[in-house]
Amino acid sequence: MRNVLEIEKLTVSLPKNADRLYAIEDINLIVNRNEIVCVVGESGSGKSVTAFTVMGLHDKRALKMTSGQILLEGEDITNASPAVFRARRGEKMAMIFQEPMTALNPVLKVGDQISEMLKIHTSMTASERKARVIRAMNDVDLPDPEMMYKSYPHQLSGGQRQRIMIAMALVMEPGLLIADEPTTALDVTTQANILRLIKEIQRRRGMGVLFITHDFGVVADIADRVVVMQEGKIVEQGTVNQVLKNPSHEYTKMLIGSVPSMKPPKRDQVSGSPALITKQINKTFGGLGFFGKGRKVHAAKSVSFDIRAGETTGIVGESGSGKSTVARCVIRLIDPNSGKILINNIDVAKLKESKLRPLRNNFQIVFQDPYRSLNPRRTVGQSIIEGPTNFGIPLAEATQRAKDLMNIVGLQTDSLERFPHQFSGGQRQRICIARALAMEPQILIADEAVSALDVSVQAQVLELLDDVKKKFDLAMLFITHDLRVAAQVCDNIVVMREGEIVERGSTYEIYSKPKHSYTKALLDAAPGHKFFSG
Amino acid sequence: MSREIPLSSLEKASDLSVFQLVIKNKNVFWGSIILIIIIFVAIFGPFFALDPVSLNPMSRLKPPGDAGLFGTDQLGRDVYSRVINGGRISLVVGLTVAIFAVIFGTVMGLLAGYIRILDAIIMRVMDGLMAIPAILLAIAMISLSGATLTTVIAAIVIPEIPRVVRLVRSVVLTVREEPYVESAISVGTPVYLVMIRHVLPNTIAPLIVQATYICGSAMLTEAILGFLGAGIPPEIPSWGNIMSEGRTFFQLTPWIIFFPGIALAVTVLSVNIVGDGLRDTLDPRIARNMR
Repeated sequence: MRNVLEIEKLTVSLPKNADRLYAIEDINLIVNRNEIVCVVGESGSGKSVTAFTVMGLHDKRALKMTSGQILLEGEDITNASPAVFRARRGEKMAMIFQEPMTALNPVLKVGDQISEMLKIHTSMTASERKARVIRAMNDVDLPDPEMMYKSYPHQLSGGQRQRIMIAMALVMEPGLLIADEPTTALDVTTQANILRLIKEIQRRRGMGVLFITHDFGVVADIADRVVVMQEGKIVEQGTVNQVLKNPSHEYTKMLIGSVPSMKPPKRDQVSGSPALITKQINKTFGGLGFFGKGRKVHAAKSVSFDIRAGETTGIVGESGSGKSTVARCVIRLIDPNSGKILINNIDVAKLKESKLRPLRNNFQIVFQDPYRSLNPRRTVGQSIIEGPTNFGIPLAEATQRAKDLMNIVGLQTDSLERFPHQFSGGQRQRICIARALAMEPQILIADEAVSALDVSVQAQVLELLDDVKKKFDLAMLFITHDLRVAAQVCDNIVVMREGEIVERGSTYEIYSKPKHSYTKALLDAAPGHKFFSG
Repeated sequence: MSREIPLSSLEKASDLSVFQLVIKNKNVFWGSIILIIIIFVAIFGPFFALDPVSLNPMSRLKPPGDAGLFGTDQLGRDVYSRVINGGRISLVVGLTVAIFAVIFGTVMGLLAGYIRILDAIIMRVMDGLMAIPAILLAIAMISLSGATLTTVIAAIVIPEIPRVVRLVRSVVLTVREEPYVESAISVGTPVYLVMIRHVLPNTIAPLIVQATYICGSAMLTEAILGFLGAGIPPEIPSWGNIMSEGRTFFQLTPWIIFFPGIALAVTVLSVNIVGDGLRDTLDPRIARNMR
């Protein structure tokens, strides 16, 4: 069997003032025909740099190849000219990207974008090209390719766009496909479909696929061989069974151990009166424009649930299911159209901002994006004590509280004088949790609070959330799209779809005996659920 | 447990103060030097020059040389001392207009961007203001309330305000959706503090840049008004006035127009060069591509 891609002792250096010398160091990697090689690692491990360097798409001002070579189907392309790279891209190697919206040109029809590949690399006539494009679109299971040929990217769903990207990458039938986190931005059910598609096409055509991912669940589903990277170095590689079942390196063991299991742990039912009751929350967006036109979206339809102190209720669903809308209604960052939100028997759903402000300490939120949740111009300390001082707590006392909280969330007290940019994502999320806790709330809402974090950091932050829930007897509303995370932290689960609750129950019930077909589909689509469920 | 990221690399970048960072830019550096010289001359020059309004009928329309560095005009006044005095007017107009336009514009922009109900009202008023030609408004105001420095400044400030409002509003609209602003709201921070603490600082960089452009264009507008005879009263020497008076003798004695014209061009140019440099360093999106 001939190698499609062979990387030998490849080293790529970073600019001088970066936090390490090399982006990737001494990488040896082979992709054979007819196999999928998964490169796994956390952010900053150099996995994307590897992919981009092979394609010759790396940022040449910042990254320099210092040694090693890259062989594409036996041809040395290490120092090939841009013209050679242009000729090889598309014909012999192709790439699909993480974000299908930004990877497609929004002002060109998708069919023309695929056809452009053929225009550049072949001498086909226009009608031949169109026929070929339609066939390529058929190959990726797009419905009604004739119609879709004339669509613009914004008219397609995320999954369809990713299929277009795949069709574009594969229309020249390259021997090597590089996929850089192609399903990370997609919903789980779409992700499952795309993974299935990539695997099926790969088998049919006997291609070599270099698949970059951070998710061991995806690895379990798709890989033939696995390469584990940490801080620019390959720490382990082997067949999928070998690496997943008998990992030899500590880091691999840690990564696999951090993947949350789909099997919910046994939990005691929490009793007591509810701390938060929501009744029939409704929220619509749009339809109110200046002339009463515009699309109206019913983001939440009669959503009711309640949470007791010491209990975590999870809202799970795909994008557009309305789960974040519910969270933002509860915290009153947006106003629900109707319904009741009872906290301490006070209905906050319709309170005016001035009446609501004195009650805001009771419910707090932690957001998804740790890089945007803290004001970059204010020190961590200023951010944390802002809330307590709003409620008339003297500065000295608030500062002391902030110091205590730093200990609780596992950071040093001198962090208070630093600025957010000096912390990593996980640390920032700890700071955000500290900021929420500084208000001494009864209810904590975590809106995808661990979704942007690496899996090892994610496990730590989840542990912290569970700790503080017990310590402060919080009622926690946990919003997530990740069923594996939900299984680990939630007592109860509410499954939402298109603004409606389709199923609810204890986590154990939902995971063992899902009733609604949508819940079943979600559980079935969770990547690696077969491997990681027991 | 938690991995500390190395602080050194990030520290290095932020060691430089904003001032040091800005002055490293060549445009800002040279533009500022020229501007400082102009300001210096405008402030101290008049103490070492002749009286700009004293008439000397004996030496009218004399070319540059014995009768004065820049020659004399049709009433025998020294063009050199008139140009230097005119610099004061231009700089005062430029700076004052920039300051007032930014102050009014920022307040209205913040309100429009942050408070939904005010948005429609303020922006429609601004649309209306944008439709009025600056020069026409100035002429109308001056014919209503007389030609004074204050009227001229007010007349130039008003049409500049909408530009600032639009700029500030657009920044506010993006920043108000940031999670850190929403966090501030959810920890009970009053609206005015959210605006001052979390939203306002984001507008400063683009505002400084915009202010330099306003300053440059205000100086030009002032000169145009003076040239049209609708600006500052003719007894006060401003660059526009000097040029206006020299217009009739332009073909005979070009120096009367030439020197104030050069002064105006160099001043506006240096202000704009500084503005360009500031935009490159303060606007991170453009700055990233420049590095």
